[in-house]
Amino acid sequence: MTDQTQEIRMQVMWNRLISVVEEQAMTLLRTAFSTSVREAGDLSAGVFDPQGRMLAQAVTGTPGHVNTMAEAVLHFIAEIGRETMYPGDTYVTNDPWKGTGHLHDITMVSPSFKGDTLVGFFACTAHVVDVGGRGFGADGKSVYEEGIQIPIMKFAERGVVNADLVRILRANVREANQVVGDFYSLAACNDVGHQRLIAMMEEIGLPNLDALGEFIFTRTRAATLDRIAALPRGAWVNTLLTDGYDQPVKLQATVETRDGSVNVDLTGTDGISRWGINVPIIYTKAYACYAMKCVVAPDIPNNWASLEPFTVTSPENILNAPFPAPVSLRHVFGHMVPDLVLGALAQALPGRILAEGAGALWNIHMSVKPTTPDGRRAEILMFNSGGMGARPQADGLSATAFPSGVMTMPIEATEHTGPVVIWRKELRPDSGGDGQYRGGLGQIIEIEPAKGHMMDFSAMFDRIGIAPRGRDGGQAGATGVAMLDDGTRLRPKGWQHVPEGRRLVLHLPGGGGYGDPDKRSPDARADDLSKGYVTK
Amino acid sequence: MTRSIRLGADIGGTFTDIALEVGEQIFSTKILTNYTAPEQAILDGMDIVLAEAGLAYGDLQNVIHGTTLATNALIERRGAKVAFVTTEGFRDVIEMRTESRFDQYDLNLRLPAPLVPREDRFPIGGRIGADGAELAPLDEAALRALLPAIAANGYGAVAIGFIHSYLNSDHEGRARDILSASGLPISISSEVSPQMREYERFNTVCANAYVRPQMASYLDRLQARLKAQGATCPVFMIHSGGGLVSVETAAEFPVRLVESGPAGGAIFAADVARRFGLDKVVSYDMGGTTAKICLIEDYAPKTARSFEVARTTRFAKGSGMPISIPVIEMIEIGAGGGSLAWVDPMGRIQTGPESAASEPGPACYQRGGTRPAITDADLLLSKLDPDNFAGGAIRLSTANAAAAIAAHVGDRLSLSPQSAAFGICEVVDENMANAARVHAVENGKTISDNIMVAFGGAAPLHAARLCEKLGIDQCLVPPGAGVGSAIGFLKAPFGYEALASRIIALSSFDAGVFNALVDGLKASARGFVAQGTSGEILCESIAFMRYRGQGWEIPVPLPDRALTPADAGMIRDRFRLAYARFFGRAIDGLDGQGTGLEIEIVTLSVKAADQRPAPSRVTLTTGTRQHSAQDSRAVFDPATGTDLPTAIVARESLSTGDRVSGPAIIVERETSTVVTSPFDVVKQPDGSLLILRKGT
Repeated sequence: MTDQTQEIRMQVMWNRLISVVEEQAMTLLRTAFSTSVREAGDLSAGVFDPQGRMLAQAVTGTPGHVNTMAEAVLHFIAEIGRETMYPGDTYVTNDPWKGTGHLHDITMVSPSFKGDTLVGFFACTAHVVDVGGRGFGADGKSVYEEGIQIPIMKFAERGVVNADLVRILRANVREANQVVGDFYSLAACNDVGHQRLIAMMEEIGLPNLDALGEFIFTRTRAATLDRIAALPRGAWVNTLLTDGYDQPVKLQATVETRDGSVNVDLTGTDGISRWGINVPIIYTKAYACYAMKCVVAPDIPNNWASLEPFTVTSPENILNAPFPAPVSLRHVFGHMVPDLVLGALAQALPGRILAEGAGALWNIHMSVKPTTPDGRRAEILMFNSGGMGARPQADGLSATAFPSGVMTMPIEATEHTGPVVIWRKELRPDSGGDGQYRGGLGQIIEIEPAKGHMMDFSAMFDRIGIAPRGRDGGQAGATGVAMLDDGTRLRPKGWQHVPEGRRLVLHLPGGGGYGDPDKRSPDARADDLSKGYVTK
Repeated sequence: MTRSIRLGADIGGTFTDIALEVGEQIFSTKILTNYTAPEQAILDGMDIVLAEAGLAYGDLQNVIHGTTLATNALIERRGAKVAFVTTEGFRDVIEMRTESRFDQYDLNLRLPAPLVPREDRFPIGGRIGADGAELAPLDEAALRALLPAIAANGYGAVAIGFIHSYLNSDHEGRARDILSASGLPISISSEVSPQMREYERFNTVCANAYVRPQMASYLDRLQARLKAQGATCPVFMIHSGGGLVSVETAAEFPVRLVESGPAGGAIFAADVARRFGLDKVVSYDMGGTTAKICLIEDYAPKTARSFEVARTTRFAKGSGMPISIPVIEMIEIGAGGGSLAWVDPMGRIQTGPESAASEPGPACYQRGGTRPAITDADLLLSKLDPDNFAGGAIRLSTANAAAAIAAHVGDRLSLSPQSAAFGICEVVDENMANAARVHAVENGKTISDNIMVAFGGAAPLHAARLCEKLGIDQCLVPPGAGVGSAIGFLKAPFGYEALASRIIALSSFDAGVFNALVDGLKASARGFVAQGTSGEILCESIAFMRYRGQGWEIPVPLPDRALTPADAGMIRDRFRLAYARFFGRAIDGLDGQGTGLEIEIVTLSVKAADQRPAPSRVTLTTGTRQHSAQDSRAVFDPATGTDLPTAIVARESLSTGDRVSGPAIIVERETSTVVTSPFDVVKQPDGSLLILRKGT
């Protein structure tokens, strides 16, 4: 076979490998019980070489896991040990510092054997319904209060599931059937990946993945380095104030371009919080890398070589919180990291970076309880998004998740999940920051416990005290509001109560504007008025 | 018995295909689609085939029509101005979509504009709850107050979509009564698409209203023109689910006509499957712009409950709009003869979804195209005869193809033009193979268990290599493949699928309520079918089920009889079996703890269809004698990676049972069938070519 033919065969196998991990992710999406996985795609799947270097990652999924899995696999290899790995094994952990940042995320890794030869690993991560403890919220004082901790261990050895682990798990979580179901879904999705990989290797007559890995890494590294070389050299600092739990928290980043790498340093960021809003560095890294990749190399697939040039350093602080800090709501500040990094990159690349937006999703976990004997209990999770920042050549996207990749659920489905009535979920006029390009609109949501019920909910909101900033002369987006329909103001984070007959009213933040408002075209202003995006 | 004289007409993006069936004989032609007067192209084509057959319009027994006009109106946004009346608090459902971005890394992403802009959406008080009960009464005064605004603003149609109307349609029905004073056609979501999920349902009812005036007027014109030509027969329309409906139903629910052309292709393949008695078939339809792959089990394509149309960005999933109606389930990717090849920043060859279309066309057409398309690569690999393409209508330039491939692919990667052409074909074949594999997995099937049926202009060039990649041993290339969809229309049953979303937990299964629901769906589906046929109507019920807490439902077929309370166990068993087929194993009670998970039905579907006469049965032959080719030339063989001497044989020179050893190319007027080295090819009694693995 000629070199030229060989080159083409390698390309084709690379395509196939990406298809294999997509199939792996799709299996998880369709079998998961956790709302955040099945409806919102809060998952990740990838294939690794025997050294633990990521070869390919499914596009399906959310950026929070961009490269958290990549490090996780190295921890698994170190702790399980090659000599006790067997065909049919599956390993598990939810360690926030070795997995993906909080206990709700279960990571599973399975070795892939072709005959007796270890040819690679499949890994996947998904958010499960419950992990016991205080539930999904900011109120834990340490990770011990946040739920069951599963150190790296075998979920299955040679195909036999670890029954003791399953029994302990059942005894510690609220929705035992669904959580155990999700564990099986995760293991099954790795199995699918493994079967497809082996079938591909047998079809092509491939003994191992060494040559293919080398081919993938060489190509992507070169392409990534080209892009980095085209960036201006320097270091740029940005700070971002966020609501915090009970007092504002400052985040700070210095983005520095170097020979063959870009580093984000988080020195200057506030210290560790007493509340469960801290972020393990592994999750901070994921969102910092995501922001850099969006700007520098959006079209280059994620793998070990394309991610390696993007590095993150930080002293201990709220974005690098060590064990045993409480970390349940790590996603709120994690979601702020892209705006933080993009603000620094905007100085390096003027005219190319969008304004700040709502950032963190406005997730609500509702715990509904009956006030009469014929009512029922239910746990309901909703994902909702505010407005994105305006772009240098276009208005911001309204009510659209960024940086998270999740989707919202139909309110008809949510109302079937439990006894609540969603009276309103529509765009919030006048919430987009003015500018040559307007920020995306937030949204207004009104939720009432159904007749005969009351509810508690865990607030996971930000941008209530401090607005998303505009860029290059654009104005700030509107801040968010959380209240009851009688006007009672609510806190941005923590468990709070909604009595029967009252509605929870949320006004989600809008995105910042881009450019001088005087330059906004009259047509665009007229259109805003006629559509009611702007009322005055 | 009088012979049947029926005509199928398929209006596609580039061509309008006509197929006239006279008894067992087919007369067909292709005419360029006429965008200003689509019916004109049909009549032009009909004139040709009728003349060829020596028949007149008055001889036709029926005309079956499918069209992309509804799809095009949605893609090109050339529909009516629609007033959308919806539940207060939910004005922006069709604009907020799923609140997500279809491309995670593109910060300049543009989302498609909603079909009905915000100023034309009118929220009205009133609310139905998740149990179907009224939470707030309909604000009838506000509806009456809307009438002047609707009259004043030049609307062409009205759509109504209220929350939970799939459970209780009272408010929608009442709103329609009040707004009927406007004199405009009114579509309500509980009739157009009675499925849960407000974004999909609302968008579907808006799409129906959007295309309704245009489609109604087109169908009127078509019928009038046919009548003027002397036709007295009825006209039926093919819908996205692959059945026939009356023109009246089509005019009322025109959104059901979206994707009817590809549906015809799937039915064509299903008919081939029935003819040969093949119970597992994968149909592979590759035209100029896209490739469509569909699994057909027991001679019937599966239907899905929703799909996405009008994708705006590179065919990306999520960049279009959802339409939730029954549709033949298939996967469509941007891989056709005109798909362009390029090199990405990693030095990887990529193909499509951008297409050279018919203007300027691939570089080899010599019409000004300079970028390489799949057809250019096929030509350079000698799969096509440059002097005999499309019956000699277009003379192909190998030099142009080579230059385009060198400039855009070969030079960048230091590959010879021929190696680059091989690379292009390998990449497009791999993309199609991946799509087919994923489609099979999503349906709980194994792709290599199937026999392929290949049709469409480009499919026979790529089918054998695709079979190699998919581990498929046999592939049929039927005659008439170029107008497969139009022929498929003639094979379609009168059929309609009615759906209802209703969450039913098996632990509290109420057979009475369940039977009443199914009976209602049956009556509705039969009603539509009875408009077109007096034959026996068969019904098929399917429950879409899941474990409570999951978000994805799998189809579970149910028996066609009244159920009893004891049948809950039967439904559970069928669900567990189906679940295991999709995902490896049923998961309730896995660890022997407790009773396990609740199983629930989310949506019920009833398909009603009459029975088409079975085609005369043909038995597959693996060959009775070896045909030795006269001509041979060196052609690159992908399996071995080398040039091999390859037999060149004219399709019409083969007799039934002739077997040609691969590598070989079977040439005909409209395309070539490429047989790669692992395969042989055998001419079948019905004129089909069977590509089969050597030694079988």
